[in-house]
Amino acid sequence: MTDAVADPISSARGQAQLTTADGIPLKTALAIAQSKARRRAFLLVLPLLAFVLITFVAPIGQMLYRSVHNPAFSDNAPALAVWFEANPTGTEPDEAAYEALVSDLRAMRENKTQGVAGTRINYDLAGSRSLFTSTARKSAKMEPPFKEAVLDADEDWADPQLWQVMRTASSAYTANFYLAALDRTRDENGNIVRVNENRRLYVGNFIKTMLLSALITGCCLVLGYPIAHLLATLPLRHSNLLMIFVLLPFWTSLLVRTTSWIVLLQSQGVVNDTLVAVGVVADESRIQMIYNQTGTIVAMVHILLPFMVLPLYSVMRPINPSYVRAARSLGATSWTAFRRIYVPQTVPGMGAGGLLVFILAVGYYITPALVGGASGQLISNFIAFHMQKSLNWSLAAALAALLLACILLLYWLYDRLIGIDNLKLG
Amino acid sequence: MKMTLILTTALTSMSFAASAQEVTVMSWGGAYTKSQVEAYHKPFTAETGITINSVDSDNPATPIKAQVEAGNVTVDVADVEYSDAIRLCDEGLLEEIDASMLPAAPDGMSAADDFIEGAITDCAVANIVWSTVMAYNTESVDGTPTTIADFFDLEKFPGKRGLRKSAKATLEMALMADGVAAGDVYAAMETDEGIDRAFAKLDTIKDDIVWWEAGAQPPQLLADGEVAMSTAYNGRIFNAAVGEGQPFEIVWDGQILDFDLFVVPKGAPNKEAAMQFISFSTDTQRLADQASWISYGPARKSSGALVGKYSDGITDMAPHMPTAAANLSNALVNNFDFWADRDAELNERFNAWLAS
Repeated sequence: MTDAVADPISSARGQAQLTTADGIPLKTALAIAQSKARRRAFLLVLPLLAFVLITFVAPIGQMLYRSVHNPAFSDNAPALAVWFEANPTGTEPDEAAYEALVSDLRAMRENKTQGVAGTRINYDLAGSRSLFTSTARKSAKMEPPFKEAVLDADEDWADPQLWQVMRTASSAYTANFYLAALDRTRDENGNIVRVNENRRLYVGNFIKTMLLSALITGCCLVLGYPIAHLLATLPLRHSNLLMIFVLLPFWTSLLVRTTSWIVLLQSQGVVNDTLVAVGVVADESRIQMIYNQTGTIVAMVHILLPFMVLPLYSVMRPINPSYVRAARSLGATSWTAFRRIYVPQTVPGMGAGGLLVFILAVGYYITPALVGGASGQLISNFIAFHMQKSLNWSLAAALAALLLACILLLYWLYDRLIGIDNLKLG
Repeated sequence: MKMTLILTTALTSMSFAASAQEVTVMSWGGAYTKSQVEAYHKPFTAETGITINSVDSDNPATPIKAQVEAGNVTVDVADVEYSDAIRLCDEGLLEEIDASMLPAAPDGMSAADDFIEGAITDCAVANIVWSTVMAYNTESVDGTPTTIADFFDLEKFPGKRGLRKSAKATLEMALMADGVAAGDVYAAMETDEGIDRAFAKLDTIKDDIVWWEAGAQPPQLLADGEVAMSTAYNGRIFNAAVGEGQPFEIVWDGQILDFDLFVVPKGAPNKEAAMQFISFSTDTQRLADQASWISYGPARKSSGALVGKYSDGITDMAPHMPTAAANLSNALVNNFDFWADRDAELNERFNAWLAS
């Protein structure tokens, strides 16, 4: 701190220096006081910041890092990595390559890592896992020439695509999981190609997830708007009672609400039984309303509805009714007054509710898993599948990263089109 | 000093009874966990004084992988499927189990010879043989389905079908129903034509399938009348039919046999006691005892003769075992090597087929 030294510019101008009582220039004193306040404020938020960093940013970052970093093969095949380094793509694997392979396989056998390495290669080329485990078992007894010995053990080792896959996997950093998440793969020359038609899964599902979420958001808006309007215009006494009806399901467990939809909608369920009893539907042709896309839409609209109603309500409540009355008195029809006066004032609520419902819907997991059957699965169900069943966490991370990117893109679009300032959450 | 260190570690590890006198065993829940509690846990605690903390999971292999990779293992013994036992072992996530510690059969036959072939691996010891079978509700099916082909015959036996939402077992059953002999199923599945054939067969009933994921679902779906027939784990159907009196029948034709095995995750906190538990639980008598609580076959040959009656005291268990001779006429043993290799690829194709 250059406390008492006078500012050369102001003294040059010959102006009187404003100082505090103890002679410190006012500007400096202010800066000290402010930085103290800032430090205190920072210390106050530090626990929260540390909490967020440790429990949120770090694990998510670490998980997303897995989508581009998978050392399962590269760590266990150092000799092959050297060979790939020395020989450009397309080189026919020679005796030296097979020697490197055998030495790596022996090391894997020693460290019990042939399964890890094989699994990594298996992600890109199905069927290669057992190649590693079985050949590693035989590797100890192999003698030169190694090429013959390895091909004797299993002739699949001659597959050029296998060598291409090992080449890309010999670096821990890879974009292959993103390629897989976009239904793409690499052919034997390293070119990016689409996977076989009957295995294309994720792109279509991303699109389906977006469309379904948009549909669910639309349904919530159509259903929620009149409810919010009613709540906002009724006298407080009645609207509070109605509000409880909105909030009560909101407070009920998600699982309870989802399973009660199963009870209602299944083919031996309440709705179908009623329809059959009334005679609308024949007993043999009961309507399938659950374990498909319809089930997912119905249950999710119900579960997400409060997230639409509450922001809308908070925006509608303070709208002054005299604006609409003024429009009516100036000759507008009730439809025009609603469309041109009332609706524009509720846009912040629609934006907030829409964004909230959409983002929640895009990442929804448990409801589609329970009532979605085969056709109502969303992308998060596939992320869960790779986390829990196939244990391919790198692919799960890549899918999750793409989902996050989609949401950020939509958020950006929203900001450009409607403006994020124009958002009122309550 | 070292003692202090151990004490603090024990205190901070958030386990409520962090003494060596407890073993945490993770299993699959429901009637299956109950059978293990009755046949293994209770006698083990009575004999050794070591308490057992029983926890359940949808598939114990998943938490094990997560725990070992995170270096925070809380499970001592887990009950996993064959393909997972092999895969986790290959990936170095399991402790090796010394097969010589397993007790010999009462007639003196060594454990290695007494267990069914394939039931002991480097890191795992099988306790039961279970099977995926087709079952039907006699009240919603007219007539008597007898073969796996009937499962796919909607004209003869109308009604919805329940199938597990997974490529494994589903594709094998489709091929067997299409006339492939059990012995040729995996050879056929190695080829693209074989896989195409399986999916073509599934296409014939696709619109009438209700997919299930948890083992407890098929008995529920059958009881609700939501499906007329379903694939299911044989023990669950047995418990619903005999234990709860549901009108369910099992068709053994085309059953797919599989092992469940005990494994010890690498770095298990009570490894010694865990090994003791495994060796205790997989002796001849204990395995036979479990079969009186649930209809899964014991993994030891010597247990077969000791299998008695169900816990109701009336039902003979022997004919309900997947391994009973009458039930094995057209049975397939799950090929774990095939699935370890092709699981990811075929499930991708299966999911794409589901969504199309």
